[in-house]
Amino acid sequence: MMTGNQPLLELKGVNKSFGPVHVLRGVDLSVYAGQVTALVGDNGAGKSTLIKGIAGIHSFDSGEYLFEGKPVHISEPKQANALGIEVVYQDLALCDNLDVVHNMFLGREESKGIVLDEITMERRATETLASLSVRTLKSIRQQVSSLSGGQRQTVAIARAVLWNSKLVILDEPTAALGVAQTEQVLNLVRRLADSGLGVVLISHNMNDVLQVADNIACLYLGQLAAQIPASDVGHGQIVELITMGRSGDIGLNPEVIAAGGHA
Amino acid sequence: MSTQVTDVDIAAAGDSAGVGRALSDYFRRVKGGDVGSLPAVLGLIVLVLIFSVLEGSTFFTALNFANLLNQGTAIIVLAMGLVFVLLLGEIDLSAGFAAGTCAAVLAVSLTKWGWAWPLALIAALLTGLVIGLFIGLLVARLGIPSFVVTLAAFLGLQGVMLLIIGDGGTIPVQSDVLLAIMNKNMPVWAGWVLCLLVSAGYALVSLRAIMNRRKVGLPSTSTSVWAAKVLSIAILLGVAVFLLNQQRQIIRPGKNVCVTLGPPNEPVGCIPVIQGVPWAVLVVLVLLVALTFVLGRTAFGRHIYAVGGNSEAARRAGISVSGIKIACFMICSFLAAIAGILLASRDNSVSPTTGGAQTLLYAVGAAVIGGTSLFGGRGRVMDAIVGGLVVAVIANGLPLITQQSGIQYVVTGLVLLVAASVDALSRKRSSVSLR
Repeated sequence: MMTGNQPLLELKGVNKSFGPVHVLRGVDLSVYAGQVTALVGDNGAGKSTLIKGIAGIHSFDSGEYLFEGKPVHISEPKQANALGIEVVYQDLALCDNLDVVHNMFLGREESKGIVLDEITMERRATETLASLSVRTLKSIRQQVSSLSGGQRQTVAIARAVLWNSKLVILDEPTAALGVAQTEQVLNLVRRLADSGLGVVLISHNMNDVLQVADNIACLYLGQLAAQIPASDVGHGQIVELITMGRSGDIGLNPEVIAAGGHA
Repeated sequence: MSTQVTDVDIAAAGDSAGVGRALSDYFRRVKGGDVGSLPAVLGLIVLVLIFSVLEGSTFFTALNFANLLNQGTAIIVLAMGLVFVLLLGEIDLSAGFAAGTCAAVLAVSLTKWGWAWPLALIAALLTGLVIGLFIGLLVARLGIPSFVVTLAAFLGLQGVMLLIIGDGGTIPVQSDVLLAIMNKNMPVWAGWVLCLLVSAGYALVSLRAIMNRRKVGLPSTSTSVWAAKVLSIAILLGVAVFLLNQQRQIIRPGKNVCVTLGPPNEPVGCIPVIQGVPWAVLVVLVLLVALTFVLGRTAFGRHIYAVGGNSEAARRAGISVSGIKIACFMICSFLAAIAGILLASRDNSVSPTTGGAQTLLYAVGAAVIGGTSLFGGRGRVMDAIVGGLVVAVIANGLPLITQQSGIQYVVTGLVLLVAASVDALSRKRSSVSLR
């Protein structure tokens, strides 16, 4: 499964502390273009800290951050955006009172002089949505307040894709959705990867993870327990990795776990 | 809320829609909570009908129509400024006295210091910008709630105004140009030209937008909807200009109206003709067009809506939230300065009460009645005009029916309360339709 080609994003031994709390301990992570990498772990395992570090909201204390094989230093969200990294946060950050097109271009509007170029924006939004095979929106000129949870998620994801992004990080995209809408969003996540993007999916739902992920990275108390192809593991094994850091012969060294995660 | 997913091709949807389709779309939006100016327009019609029936001989006259516009203009301009602040979900309680302070600066520099009127005008407008910058910095950078900052400014500016005006009490405004804004009318022909220009301008701009969209195959308004809109605007403007172009001087028996104008052949002992569109209407129209453009067609305007809708989302999208806030407070105080100049022009003078009393509350009322939300994120410049007319009709019509000013306050208060309720209910409604 892990093909020999170069990972899109590669983290090697990254550390992050907040004061005395050592949140990330020597985490390695590889994300490949065209694959969905699920990031799982219990609450407090360090998932959010890890993606915030990738997105530049705060920088890692130490460790290597390679993007397309080149070492980069990212300390601001704008630098991550410039590389083609977009994050869709759980709260989506959409403006209810604006329509779909306005939201997709928020903060990066197309203009001719000082006048907004609505036509270009609407065409690009339409093209992007079409390329994602999104057919669930009645009109891209409808206000976001009138959309369902799944449609909002779709808009937030489409916004992330609009900017020729290479890596899209999704933070619990299905957490608040019903069955049908979860299905729609997962299909969309799969299509993102199939169209060649690298996708990192954070989720607590093992069914979702097994359904769309190509490989699974499991964090346990700030350490990477394992990053394994999704086809090699089952539901129960992932849960064991999340809760105990080890399952069978994969995962962290038993001594490490016995020491409470302190190597 | 149905979760039924409709598989409609985005590009094909909404095209070739006629007037009927547009109307049904509109009613669907109203049902969904997006009521816009509808309650205000209905209220305006009802109020005009009530006053016409009860006191038609005085209320429904050309003279009173012009009076009403005269009374409403300053409130409308003030309300236009407040729309920008309300769009952010903030409030500016000091706008009334900002108007008064700017008017005082105008009067003092004109009359006491003998400045030329353009200089005095610039001084007054700059004063407005400085007041707005001050308030905006305190709200956006220090994070003090705008309610508190502008309440302090409300008290402070009242004092500043007294200090500027000095002991004299009232300062006359002596400038023919400035006085003409509120006291003189456009020639009859100019009124018609204005009507034609505005209608044709609207028709051309909206037609061009439709054509541009069609050219690239995007859904657009159908020609019949466009024609209906243009026609209704032309008719509304035409009726207004026609009414204002009537001779509205009341003719007492034994006196004749001057027919010929000009000094050489002016008959002695006649009453001058008063007719035409007040110049103040032109000021309001120019502001309407300019501010609507800023809000609807520029990235800056879009960012104002974004900050009002979800400031955290705006911040993450890279929008300078504090910059937008400061700019909106500056726009509000700048328009307050214009309102102050209009008040000074109307009263021919500036006194410590200019911009005081109910001016501000009427203006906030006008914006909210017109459909601007107190919760931020929803509102248009046009709202200020519709709402301002409602307020003006009440302020103008009620005294014709009852002499008790107590009733007038109560009615105005109730109307504001109704408008705020409509706002709150429609907000509830649209958040319910999320599910």
